[in-house]
Amino acid sequence: MTVEEHTPIGARSDGASADFETPFIMAPAVPKPGKSRLRLASDSILPPVVFGVFIIAVWYGISYVVLDADRRFLLRPPHDVWQKGFADWENFHELLNGLQSSAKVAFIGLGISIVLGTSLAILMSQAKSIERALFPYMVTLQAIPVLAIVPLIGFWFGFGFKSRVVVAVIISLFPIIVNTLFGLQSADRGVHDLFTLHHASRLTRLRKLTLPNALPAIFAGFRISAGLSVIGAIVGDFFFGKGDVGVGQLLRRYANFLKSEQLLAAVIMSSLLGVAVFLAFGWLQEKVTGKWYEHGGGEV
Amino acid sequence: MTDSGVNVAPTVSFNSISMVFPDGTEALRDVSFSVDKGEFVTVVGPSGCGKSTLLKIASGLLHPSGGTVDIDREKLGYVFQDATLLQWRTVRQNVELLAELHSVDKDERARMSTDAIELVGLKGFEDHYPKSLSGGMKMRVSLARSLTLQPPVFLFDEPFGAVDEITREHLNEETLALFQREGFAGLFITHSISEAVFMSTRVLVMSARPGRIVAEYEVPFGYPRQPDLRFDPEFAKLSGQISASLRGAHS
Repeated sequence: MTVEEHTPIGARSDGASADFETPFIMAPAVPKPGKSRLRLASDSILPPVVFGVFIIAVWYGISYVVLDADRRFLLRPPHDVWQKGFADWENFHELLNGLQSSAKVAFIGLGISIVLGTSLAILMSQAKSIERALFPYMVTLQAIPVLAIVPLIGFWFGFGFKSRVVVAVIISLFPIIVNTLFGLQSADRGVHDLFTLHHASRLTRLRKLTLPNALPAIFAGFRISAGLSVIGAIVGDFFFGKGDVGVGQLLRRYANFLKSEQLLAAVIMSSLLGVAVFLAFGWLQEKVTGKWYEHGGGEV
Repeated sequence: MTDSGVNVAPTVSFNSISMVFPDGTEALRDVSFSVDKGEFVTVVGPSGCGKSTLLKIASGLLHPSGGTVDIDREKLGYVFQDATLLQWRTVRQNVELLAELHSVDKDERARMSTDAIELVGLKGFEDHYPKSLSGGMKMRVSLARSLTLQPPVFLFDEPFGAVDEITREHLNEETLALFQREGFAGLFITHSISEAVFMSTRVLVMSARPGRIVAEYEVPFGYPRQPDLRFDPEFAKLSGQISASLRGAHS
């Protein structure tokens, strides 16, 4: 805020008010001096790479130093996992197919959660009484361990694809509702007053005020739920294995046959899927709100 | 502009307004005054004396417990304490908001916003988002937004309280320029005595809660007012009198 002090007072009287404050505008666009783009990139890439190498080193340490040769099957060294899980095409192919099946379940489940969750949140935001009526049941639904209702889901939706989607929805729905509702309710009081003063209808208020205002929170919910939907798809697949084979079934199979290399490969691949969906939604969020959204504490 | 109108009735008039909130807080007691076209009336008072409540009642956001307000609320200019901008809209889109809410068509809106943006000196910043604007500039956008409707009455609720002093004085001068140009009736709320004297044709002093009008001062200076006016002996004398009434009202 020192720019103002250096501006000659006399400059104000000519009415060129915009010039007066121009320096503020430029501030965010100017990159920090002395740091090239390359340098910034290496700053953000280097630490995780170093830590990744450290993890692999510890992994080797456990496989070869901690575990005796006859107990090494408990944690195979990284290169074994690579060879059997990824480099072996037949196995990797099986893994990719499973991943594709689970990804399909996750996407459909996430899609349903997004539509259902956003609609429910909008509905609840329209009247306190609706929110009070629905919210306790949302919390209850969220609190039920999926394991406990697995048999019921099976009875109702069969032991195949549909039930897997249901599990993905149950697991990923709640964060979308909570975040969207929070976003819808967090619009500034003064702006609401402004809309009231100008007789805005309920729909106008939703379209022009509360919904766009909620976008950052909505996307925060989507990102959390995207990861959860992958977990839900795999958990669902684990219990409801009819039809094509997903990652859950593969995990079960590998575990039964003590194929720990393949098991680890499957775990790595499914977490990569979760990461990919998370990043995709982060990218989408940046696209939609990046231009205007001011992150907390963003002022320099 | 309807300069020729034989406008006898005051533009805003408060008749024995009282306000008691449901929790028992008495915010206003028997407040009566009016603001005519071409007048710029400022209410000064200590924090929490019910000044803002007065504007909320004037605008219809709150209903008084007693008394009536005569005002045309169709096109009301209301400048809030915060700029209350929509951060996902650019400067131009923010300025066009009210016209949008009043279903003004697109071309007309564009014309209105271009004029208003130029009036507040933000030409060239149309496509900026609020996050890249300083506090003073945000306040200008807020002013421009209200200007689009060419309101006959402008209510200001401590609008420049959050900006630094240099920017505040600058905004004061700009607001006065707009007042002269647009000829609206201005009702301004502040707790700054110098701001009150510099801006107004008339200053009303409000007591601490429950808020009552305890003194009234005509400000003898004409318009346009130069920044130097703040250092005029007359200005200091009037400020001193208002300060004394405020202190009397406080105890």
